[in-house]
Amino acid sequence: MSPTTLIIILLVLSTFGYYVGRRRALVVGCDSAGVKNLHSRPIYYGSLTALCCGIPAMLLFGFWLTFESTIMTNLVVSELPEALQNLPTAELNLQVNKIRNLVDGNIVAGVVEAEIQAAADHYRNLQATSNAALAVAAISVAILGLMIVRAKITPLLRARNRVEQIIRYMLIACSTIAIFTTIGIVLSVLFESIRFFNAVPIAEFLFGLEWSPQMAIRADQVGSSGAFGAVPVFVGTLLISAIAMCVAVPIGLMSAIYLSEYANKTFRAVAKPLIEILAGIPTVVYGFFAALTVAPFIRDSGDLLGLGVSSESALAAGAVMGIMIIPFVSSLSDDFINAVPQALRDGAYSLGATQSETIKNVILPAALPGIVGGVLLAVSRAIGETMIVVMAAGLAANLTLNPLETVTTVTVQIVTLLVGDQEFDSPKTLAAFALGLLLFVVTLLLNIIALKVVRKYREQYE
Amino acid sequence: MIAIREINEVGFVGQMPEQDTQQQVRAATGRVLVNRENRETVGEITVDHPRMTCRDVNVWYGDKHAIKSVSLDVGRNEVIAMIGPSGCGKSTFIRCLNRMNDTIEGCRITGAITLDGIDIYGKNIDVVPLRAQVGMVFQKPNPFPKSIYENIAYGPRIHGMAANKAELDEIVETSLIKAGLWNEVKDWLGQPGTGLSGGQQQRLCIARTIAVNPEVILMDEPCSALDPIATAVIEDLIDELREQYTIVIVTHSMQQASRVSQRTAYFHLGDLIEVGSTPQIFTNPSHQLTEDYITGRFG
Ligand SMILES: Nc1ncnc2c1ncn2[C@@H]1O[C@H](COP(=O)(O)OP(=O)(O)OP(=O)(O)O)[C@@H](O)[C@H]1O
Ligand SMILES: [Mg+2]
Repeated sequence: MSPTTLIIILLVLSTFGYYVGRRRALVVGCDSAGVKNLHSRPIYYGSLTALCCGIPAMLLFGFWLTFESTIMTNLVVSELPEALQNLPTAELNLQVNKIRNLVDGNIVAGVVEAEIQAAADHYRNLQATSNAALAVAAISVAILGLMIVRAKITPLLRARNRVEQIIRYMLIACSTIAIFTTIGIVLSVLFESIRFFNAVPIAEFLFGLEWSPQMAIRADQVGSSGAFGAVPVFVGTLLISAIAMCVAVPIGLMSAIYLSEYANKTFRAVAKPLIEILAGIPTVVYGFFAALTVAPFIRDSGDLLGLGVSSESALAAGAVMGIMIIPFVSSLSDDFINAVPQALRDGAYSLGATQSETIKNVILPAALPGIVGGVLLAVSRAIGETMIVVMAAGLAANLTLNPLETVTTVTVQIVTLLVGDQEFDSPKTLAAFALGLLLFVVTLLLNIIALKVVRKYREQYE
Repeated sequence: MIAIREINEVGFVGQMPEQDTQQQVRAATGRVLVNRENRETVGEITVDHPRMTCRDVNVWYGDKHAIKSVSLDVGRNEVIAMIGPSGCGKSTFIRCLNRMNDTIEGCRITGAITLDGIDIYGKNIDVVPLRAQVGMVFQKPNPFPKSIYENIAYGPRIHGMAANKAELDEIVETSLIKAGLWNEVKDWLGQPGTGLSGGQQQRLCIARTIAVNPEVILMDEPCSALDPIATAVIEDLIDELREQYTIVIVTHSMQQASRVSQRTAYFHLGDLIEVGSTPQIFTNPSHQLTEDYITGRFG
């Protein structure tokens, strides 16, 4: 029985359970005169039955699918001939992949040995057995749940409270999933980083002023000693993000104010989607734009003014990135400015405030949390942006605050560290995880600070 | 005045014994009343020294004709009360007097409204000083999401009314005292105004409005959320303000209208039905609809 059929059967069973539960409640709950003396309304008894029928079976189903493949692979591997089992892990994995591919009916490279074919057949058998077993187990659990609840339905059973409790647990479970995913990501990055810090002292990473992650593979190679000071990379990120925010925040905020407070409905209806398109343009296209149009333009204007501008400058990348993130600032700010009640504007106008006074003193403070939210979103976009920087700002890790020079950013370095490498064991590749971790910490700090600021200055309307 | 009170009470209780109601009708039928179908304004709409004049004012919200050809004068140093059933256009009408309806999309106004002889809908009129001159207390309290102090200080500050902090403090304090809120909030001036109770917010908004010294004050049900004591404070304030200013007050309380106002205007479904001196409207209305309303037989 395929998993889909099983799910459909379980759903049907739950629906059936709903009716059984409701019926049962009506039967036990009505006395001879037909008066209902149930604790909850009949639908709650139905829902309780349906939930108790469906949830345990679904949970069983979920666990089974999660562990099925591991267990079966182990079983199959243990059946393989000695010679194969004693292979090194990497090669054994290759064989296992081959078996899996055979089972799935994919095309397999190379000759298929007899043992492998046998193992694949074995795997297939196991799979069939497992599916059948799962179906039997899940359906029995469902029926069992249904029977138990049905037997327990009495007029005194607090079905409504139970149902509400179950729903609460379900909600808790969902939020825990999100939390655990985050924790999982952080932990995996953390462990890899710890491996990195075993090779490179943490102080050197945090405070070192030089970044050149190329390690000598052979002792006689020149110029590749490997320096892992993260400061230049972070300064580069901050510089480019700061430039981007200098472009995006004023333009975004002011266009939001214009759109929500001054523009008429038609203009707004046309302009808002147009601005939002900016966020939908692929970053590679922005990259072209930055590298081919903006960067040369800045270089030429710099030359006119007698400034030496490198052809890949932080300014070009930052400015283009700023354009890209305008919608994050403007769209969210616009929504929040619009959400400020008209009554507040009326209050200010009735005191003789001008429109700009009203906006400045009443509307913006009231919309502040939303505006800061938009700006934060834009900042995280800017920090995480890679493509534009690769194309327009370069790869050289210069420690500089001069926006006219070439800089690089954390994300760009992570990409260049990992591209083309499969082994995560040299300090060079592991450095990527350390950078990632540090970036995560930095953005987290930024978020916390922004939250604090908002809490301090926000003006809350109900 | 005793007579007024009696009629008002009859009007409000609405559960009078059958025979009493009969008596009212008989008493009323003793006079000649303009019948219900007639929507021309009854009574004297003009005054000798008008502060504001409205002629043939019509207001539409989209297709909805909310105010129909209303003409009315508002006198100097006068409190004029607007009464009428819910949705009859009282708020709409007073919002025309300081052009608050400009902010409502789809709202269209025709007719002429003047303040001291100047057409406030004229081409060269700047609404900002107009609104500082004609202040407004809204039906729903709308304190700014700022501290209590800032709520009051905002208006004086944008108009540069205080030279220094001490003067500003002074304005804030007197405004709050006049609105009867000082004692409750004097130790919490830094707390947000939105954290006050509904009635306190209403008084905060009154204090905010009087802090900028408007010459005409429009009050839209300023006491709807107030207890009798706070109401009395506000009514005293209105009495006091009348010596210098002009006040237009919308109220659902006929006792309140009769206590604070000199003239009363009765609105019905967008029409101004009757205007007259307050005692006359409440003791001796000339229109059947007014009579119906004040005796509680509206419906
Ligand atoms: N912003 C608006 N848009 C459309 N119609 C409106 C608007 N404001 C008021 N109206 C309509 O205009 C009419 C008059 O409303 P208004 O608020 O002036 O009544 P009111 O006399 O103040 O009533 P209440 O005593 O309940 O405050 C109502 O029928 C209402 O539906
Ligand atoms: Mg109203």
